[in-house]
Amino acid sequence: MELSSSILLTIALAPLVGCLLAGFFGKQIGRVGAHSVTILGLLISCGLSFYVLYQITMGGAPVYNHNVYTWFEIGKYTASVGFLIDRLTAMMMVVVTFVSLLVHVYTIGYMADDDGYQRFFSYISLFTFSMLMLVMSNNFLQLFFGWEAVGLVSYLLIGFWYKRPTAIFANLKAFIVNRVGDFGFLLGISAILYFLGTLDYATAFASAPTLVGKTLTLTQNIHWDAATVICILLFIGAMGKSAQVPLHVWLPDSMEGPTPISALIHAATMVTAGIFMVARMSPLYELSETALSVVLVIGATGALFTGLIGIVQNDIKRVVAYSTLSQLGYMTVALGVSAYSGAVYHLMTHAFFKALLFLGAGSVIIAMHHEQDMRYMGGLRKYMPITWITMWVGALALCGVPFFSGFYSKDSIIDAVHESHRWGSGYAYICVIVGAFVTATYTFRQMYMTFHGKERFKVVEHHGHHDAHGHDDHHDDHGHHEPGVLHHPPKESPWVVTLPLILLAIPSLLVGLFTVQPMLFGNWFGGAIHVDEANNVLGEVGKEFHGSLAMALHGFTQLPFFLVLAAFIITTYIYLFNPSLADKIKSALKPLWTILDRKYWVDDIYFAIFARGGVALGRMFWKGGDAAVIDGVLIDGSASLVQRIAASVRRVQSGYLYHYAFAMILGLILLLGGYWFVGH
Amino acid sequence: MFNHLLSLLIWLPIVGAVPVLLAGSGRPNAARWISLLMAILTFAISLFLIPQYHPDVAGMQLVESHLWIESLNVHYSLGVDGISVALILLTTFVGILVIVGAWEVIQDKPHQYMAAMLVLEGLMIGVFCATDALLFYVFFEAMLIPMFILIGIWGGPRRVYATLKFFIYTFFGSIFMLVGLIYLYLKAGTWDLHTLAALPLSLTEQSWLFFAFLIAFAVKVPMVPVHTWLPDAHVEAPTGGSVVLAAVMLKIGGYGFLRFSLPIVPDASHHFAWVVILLSLIAVVYIGYVALVQEDMKKLVAYSSVAHMGFVTLGIFIAFMLVREQGNTDAARLGMQGAMVQMISHGFVSGAMFSCIGVLYDRLHTRLIKDYGGVINVMPWFGFFYVLFAMANCGLPGTSGFVGEFMVILSSFSANPWIALFAAFTLIIGAAYTLYLVKRVLWGEITNPHVAEMKDINGREWIVLGSFAALTLLIGIWPEPLTHLMDNSVNQLVQVLAIHKV
Repeated sequence: MELSSSILLTIALAPLVGCLLAGFFGKQIGRVGAHSVTILGLLISCGLSFYVLYQITMGGAPVYNHNVYTWFEIGKYTASVGFLIDRLTAMMMVVVTFVSLLVHVYTIGYMADDDGYQRFFSYISLFTFSMLMLVMSNNFLQLFFGWEAVGLVSYLLIGFWYKRPTAIFANLKAFIVNRVGDFGFLLGISAILYFLGTLDYATAFASAPTLVGKTLTLTQNIHWDAATVICILLFIGAMGKSAQVPLHVWLPDSMEGPTPISALIHAATMVTAGIFMVARMSPLYELSETALSVVLVIGATGALFTGLIGIVQNDIKRVVAYSTLSQLGYMTVALGVSAYSGAVYHLMTHAFFKALLFLGAGSVIIAMHHEQDMRYMGGLRKYMPITWITMWVGALALCGVPFFSGFYSKDSIIDAVHESHRWGSGYAYICVIVGAFVTATYTFRQMYMTFHGKERFKVVEHHGHHDAHGHDDHHDDHGHHEPGVLHHPPKESPWVVTLPLILLAIPSLLVGLFTVQPMLFGNWFGGAIHVDEANNVLGEVGKEFHGSLAMALHGFTQLPFFLVLAAFIITTYIYLFNPSLADKIKSALKPLWTILDRKYWVDDIYFAIFARGGVALGRMFWKGGDAAVIDGVLIDGSASLVQRIAASVRRVQSGYLYHYAFAMILGLILLLGGYWFVGH
Repeated sequence: MFNHLLSLLIWLPIVGAVPVLLAGSGRPNAARWISLLMAILTFAISLFLIPQYHPDVAGMQLVESHLWIESLNVHYSLGVDGISVALILLTTFVGILVIVGAWEVIQDKPHQYMAAMLVLEGLMIGVFCATDALLFYVFFEAMLIPMFILIGIWGGPRRVYATLKFFIYTFFGSIFMLVGLIYLYLKAGTWDLHTLAALPLSLTEQSWLFFAFLIAFAVKVPMVPVHTWLPDAHVEAPTGGSVVLAAVMLKIGGYGFLRFSLPIVPDASHHFAWVVILLSLIAVVYIGYVALVQEDMKKLVAYSSVAHMGFVTLGIFIAFMLVREQGNTDAARLGMQGAMVQMISHGFVSGAMFSCIGVLYDRLHTRLIKDYGGVINVMPWFGFFYVLFAMANCGLPGTSGFVGEFMVILSSFSANPWIALFAAFTLIIGAAYTLYLVKRVLWGEITNPHVAEMKDINGREWIVLGSFAALTLLIGIWPEPLTHLMDNSVNQLVQVLAIHKV
């Protein structure tokens, strides 16, 4: 049955309605009203997304590609707002709305004590709307709208606690770094319009083969291949949004935002927009080996080197943040070897287990009264068993232990890189293999430091006001607490927090087992993703595939599993049996540790060059250019010149008769003299 | 009524200023209400332009023509095309909001302030309607007088310097235009713009005329390097003056290029298009950096205006490269439309930004950024509007600020990717200076105790900011009605560009 536009509009607009109600009438409808309307909106949206997925995959609905309205129409150029619903979109819609719905529910518990409760619900519903516009778009204009709109909401949410100096620094940084990406992205869209004459996906992809042989003239001697230019420019956009090296610096800082949005925006959905976009543009990327090599190398670099930083972090959320950077690198590597479905598949499994890990970390943070430093945790497993078990599910999925969802997606990527012969794939293979060890190391370290071992916090009961205490605003008064001292023993979070954890743990565990065959090796995406036969590395990998159970069993004999096992043994020994060893290693490898702790100095260099340099340049232009040259010399200078001339001319008019008489005589002499001179 | 619709629009506010003045300083409320009534009436009448103007018919419409000065063959002739209609609607709309915005803010001689505003509105509408070059010039110059008064009387401490700078700068520019127009009159014997457009001119003649026009309009826009009057004028002007200046008066520069430079001297315009393009790109990049380090909010927004107006001149002049060097009229139309949409959008966004600064200034009586910080804590509704307009200033899709820049960048890539590269730099630098401002004013803890006493916006301010917000969003979400309104006129202009006069 064909999809109707009213269903699609409802999916996109239901969260927007919730956002407007919670945002503008938050006071009137109250806290319960705010979360009820937004969750209702998400329920509608999520339910209908599942319906759309069902119709597209099993109901025999054809691909939907229609415009809703015309945005502008100038000459042969038109821009519209419209929807393209194929399997790729339908999958993304389900992932986005499902994770968003769970995050909405979770927020009821996480933000219970916060003054900005209604505002927060309004923002996350606005985010869902923007993200849906992004993934459902059938053209580049709307893609860019969604792209920027999610950036705006990310800006608002990172700076949600706007009194914190770190938060308002982080959101400015995030927005500007993303804008650097968008700068490339917009130029990429311009290049598409220039070469292909359209902003519509279907038309652009249909005429993509005409790009072959076309070049962009940069100077008289430099001509760049059109497809390469387009793809690299678009990928710069993806580098910003999906936090790829060297535009990755904003993502760790974005942890200043409340944890629910770290799960929703900075792990599961928004940061994967770049991955989704490249997969969507696969017909274009397939035309440029060069661009794909760039993608491959950048992704591989991120996958390994940002993961390494995760090992030295002590903030429970920052570990997960660096892990996200590294996993985004894996997805990008998959794109780079033309394994687009592998990238999107990892995007999906990652959305589940990474949202789970973030929300689990948030649950720990609630229990610890907003202490995020893992050095003051330990032994939490007996206080919060549901969080503990569900987080282990997420952790094992992240490490890629066989049977967990992450195994199917990550190992397929590693295998695909192994199959690839593209320039850079050798380097990428080393990165992703070593990365597997790194991933397991920081993940196990985090789990041990948080849930296992000795308790490193003290409970000092306060008796005076223990009831009122739970409703204080803890977010803003970190500093007043002595670290590691709690006024109550930690306890398991309420059901609104644990239910989403359980509901995310289920797909983190099972989704791979049941979907790997069709989605990864069964050409599930159909026409949505285009791979040239010569580049079809996943097809090669698929030849070895004999069912998901067999794949998992086979996984136990493979190198990635041994690396995970090695990491498991090492971290278990260090963190469970010999905790002092960690510090010894740290001091033994001091220079290496410093490099990682300083994040390779990338942030410092950027700040010095771009922030300070920009301000210095601005001051130079302002004081030097505008004030000194233009105003000082040209404007006020000519004014004072006029004044000086006027002043000297004025002196001539002295009012003395003999001055004037003298001047007349002089004039007469000159005139006659001149006449005489000319006459001869 | 419809035969003289344009005359009515011009003269209603000007004549309406008389009863406002007569109300005198003794009855300030009467003066306020009469001027509001006049502004609303003018706006209501201007809405008749929408059904009366037929966007599918090319050429000037609603024309009126009477002989004015016989000995010089000057006509009082009016007419509008889609571009003028859009700009007139912008003027009448902003006209209401500045009256409402000044309501109790202006306590000193409110009747004179309101009257000056109404006169200014009428003269600006006149500029957009005139189809006779000398009539245009008269309106163009007369406009300076009420603005001169507004800044000079209700302005800040350095208002004398600012008014002089403003007046001499713009007057200096327009003198060159007058010389050019006189030359054209002596040659053609008429001031009629349509006839002048068809006048054959050699390249040398065109070049002289081109620079005469360029100086006049570049000052008005303003383009680098003749932009330095704008920050000073804005800083000293009262809020309403700034709003009108940014929202409407700057547009007259862009409009002048369309009415004079393009049709009358197309070959010279093509020949020197690179000059304008270069200056526009300098405006985007160089001025962006200058805006980043401003300490005064009004100066920052003033510089941001210069940068945004760079897209207007860029969009107009890349059309030459596209039409004449590549024959790509569609891309030229896209760029030109982008320039037009940017003019309208900048009217809303900069008007709103200056209104926001006015709201803050009325409470704290300072424009220095460092005196603020944490305003969101006490003024959440204000914060909502401020962030919205800041985002529009950064060109976020969904707001009007995006539409024009998007179109201009798209079409400039077709002209030359390097131009697009520098133009697109606004994405980064625009976000940087705007959000850095927002960070320092809106976010953070309250450090200045006076900020803690600030009250959120009242109903009157809500109307002003809400109206700006509604249009900013409307055009951002659905620009098609606006582009459709101007499409035929833009198309006609692009056709003109292709015609060689030599």
